Amino acid sequence: MIDIWFVIIAFLWTGYFVLEGFDFGVGMLSPFLGGNEGQRKQILQTIGPVWDGNEVWLITAVGAMFAAFPAWYAGFLSSFYLPLTLVLAGLIVRGVALEWRGKLEHASDRAWADVGILVGSALPAFLWGAVFADVLLDSGVAALVGGAFSLAVTLLHGAVFLALRTEGQVRRRARAAAMGAVFAVIPLAIVALPAIPGEGDLSVWVAAGGAMALLAAGGSLIWRRREGWAFAATAGAIVLTSAALFGMLAARPLPGLTLAEAASGPYTLNVLTWIGLAILPFVLGYQGWTYWVFRKRISAPGGAAQVEGAQAGIGH
Amino acid sequence: MDALDLARWQFGVTTVYHFLFVPLTIGLGVFVAGLQTAWHRTGKEHYLRLTKFFGKLFLINFAMGVVTGIVQEFQFGMNWSEYSVFVGDVFGAPLALEALLAFFMESTFLGLWIFGWDKLPKRVHLATIWAAVIGSNISAYFILAANAWMKHPVGYEVVDGKARMTDLWAVLTNSTALAQVPHVIAASFIVAGGFVLAVSGYRLLKGDITFRSPLRGALVMTAIAGAVVAGTGDMSAKLMYEQQPMKLAAAEGLTHDTKGAPFHVLPGVEIPKLLSFLSANDFEATVQGTEDVQRRLEQRFGPGDYRPDQQVVFWSYRVMLSFGLSTVGLSVLGLWLTRRRRQVPPWYARALLLALPLPLLAIIAGWLLSEIGRQPWTVAGELLTASSVSPGVSLAEVATSLTLFTLVYGVLAVAEAVLLVRSVKKGPEQLPAPAPERVREPSLMY
Repeated sequence: MIDIWFVIIAFLWTGYFVLEGFDFGVGMLSPFLGGNEGQRKQILQTIGPVWDGNEVWLITAVGAMFAAFPAWYAGFLSSFYLPLTLVLAGLIVRGVALEWRGKLEHASDRAWADVGILVGSALPAFLWGAVFADVLLDSGVAALVGGAFSLAVTLLHGAVFLALRTEGQVRRRARAAAMGAVFAVIPLAIVALPAIPGEGDLSVWVAAGGAMALLAAGGSLIWRRREGWAFAATAGAIVLTSAALFGMLAARPLPGLTLAEAASGPYTLNVLTWIGLAILPFVLGYQGWTYWVFRKRISAPGGAAQVEGAQAGIGH
Repeated sequence: MDALDLARWQFGVTTVYHFLFVPLTIGLGVFVAGLQTAWHRTGKEHYLRLTKFFGKLFLINFAMGVVTGIVQEFQFGMNWSEYSVFVGDVFGAPLALEALLAFFMESTFLGLWIFGWDKLPKRVHLATIWAAVIGSNISAYFILAANAWMKHPVGYEVVDGKARMTDLWAVLTNSTALAQVPHVIAASFIVAGGFVLAVSGYRLLKGDITFRSPLRGALVMTAIAGAVVAGTGDMSAKLMYEQQPMKLAAAEGLTHDTKGAPFHVLPGVEIPKLLSFLSANDFEATVQGTEDVQRRLEQRFGPGDYRPDQQVVFWSYRVMLSFGLSTVGLSVLGLWLTRRRRQVPPWYARALLLALPLPLLAIIAGWLLSEIGRQPWTVAGELLTASSVSPGVSLAEVATSLTLFTLVYGVLAVAEAVLLVRSVKKGPEQLPAPAPERVREPSLMY
């Protein structure tokens, strides 16, 4: 039961990293890739219907930690007090900025919302990497590298997602941004690789190596305009990175704590397993359905063809 | 001032703030879903305009409820790690279930509703808002079940210094929760009803007669919710008499065990024997007093002060009762004034502006009564607040987070108020002329 719950929690965190990973990337890129208000709206509309649902993966992951491993939950959150305070502040500012932006009428108010989305996406994107690197290695340098790595990966993942979900100029710019991000991601990944302890499990090494390969593949696929496959590659890279992370945490989720010590009693774990397994398919089903409903590429307001025509007329 | 005091202040500030937005989400969501249903069934265009108008206000407010809610889930672990370790086995379960059963549903279907106006069939689109608001109401149930457990712990045993759940069903059907859930949800409908009344009163004063139907709807909603709040409040009082005698005594300012205890309307103004009747359906019942409960608790748990802050508890009870009742009274008056299609008198429309702050203050006072009245315990009879705080978190750290949250929350409160006022002043937007069946609504999109 303890192992099952560790896997469920790893699964929830992984889902969160993959899904909100591209939300963070899109949020950070929107002020830079959107040349005008129409394009910014186009960019934010790619995540508009889904970002809140994606964030619930975090809430569920943390709630599951609380229920299944109270000592892990309490130790983790209280020992990273200030970074997590900043994560929360970021998520707060970003959430209201995303939700309110479309209801603001003055350009100056929308500029504030854009700052909120940018900062509120960048802070958690950096800090989650930093916090987990610090759990593993307990060093400031590791935290910096881990943070930079997760920030760069979310940028890449978000840019690929944007290229997949938009058309017109934004799509081209997103491709360029993705290729740029690859050049930051790969060196950081190489630096981060030694984080895996020497006595680490072989499967952890395989997962980490696979993640590296997929990141490189993502770069090459986006270059060849295979955006769907590129997104699968970056999503896969995040899954494998997260798998490697939780593979390392399994023995020791926090310094001086084992899962067995942290776990709730068998009754709680049992009853939650049955409820969780009964409900989770429905959740995955309707979340998947949302992505299906909003599967069409999003064009800038006025239609892609018009915008392209207008740009061609003015610019070149 | 030590880390414990600041952690308590932070919990109080962030929780009260969170609960300014949540009741509006719970009640207004149902109201918007009702308006859209009315449009769906009658095809009348003004219902669609009102759905979008109140929908926009709902979404402005919804965002605040969501983002401030994340803080709540994190701060148990961040500031109250000893509490979390002690209760996680029991208390974590409803929180995890809340996320899995309610938050996913609420957030996903709300996303579909906001962006699905021209992508989903009309019936399916209507179903999405209902799914979202049902999600909100389910979440209220789970978090209140968790909260009720702190005041009246059931379905557990203590093993090795930690609470272990023995019966999830007992936790979810805790008598305290079963009284508290409908009480808080109905109170949320009063808050939302009051919000709609204030907005409608303002629009009617401006001559916008579209707002007659939401006004009537909100009057009915508030009056019915008022009856539910009163009934469940009575249930809660009787449970409090059995389960939380100290809180009842503090709320009444009763110092010693009293047979046939009077009810204090205000200090010095009392109705003989009413408290005994309200507590036990018996005018001669004995109600325990703070000093006597204190003596008994000292015998049981050793020396210590087991009394909550009696001034706060006493007065918050009276604010809750009087402000809540006046809102309900205002709505009953309105039902009578507008009977049989009568016009809304302008003085009444102006008075309706009070329907916004009054129930909000009442519901906050209700929480102060409930949670300050629980002190000095986090889990009644099991864990003291002083033993619940995170030992490794310093005064400076809590001061930093408290300052940061207060600043961010302050700025956002102003921004939300400005946004709401602007939207209300602007009023419902005209629908684009040709195809009212498939309208694109830019204001609801990003």
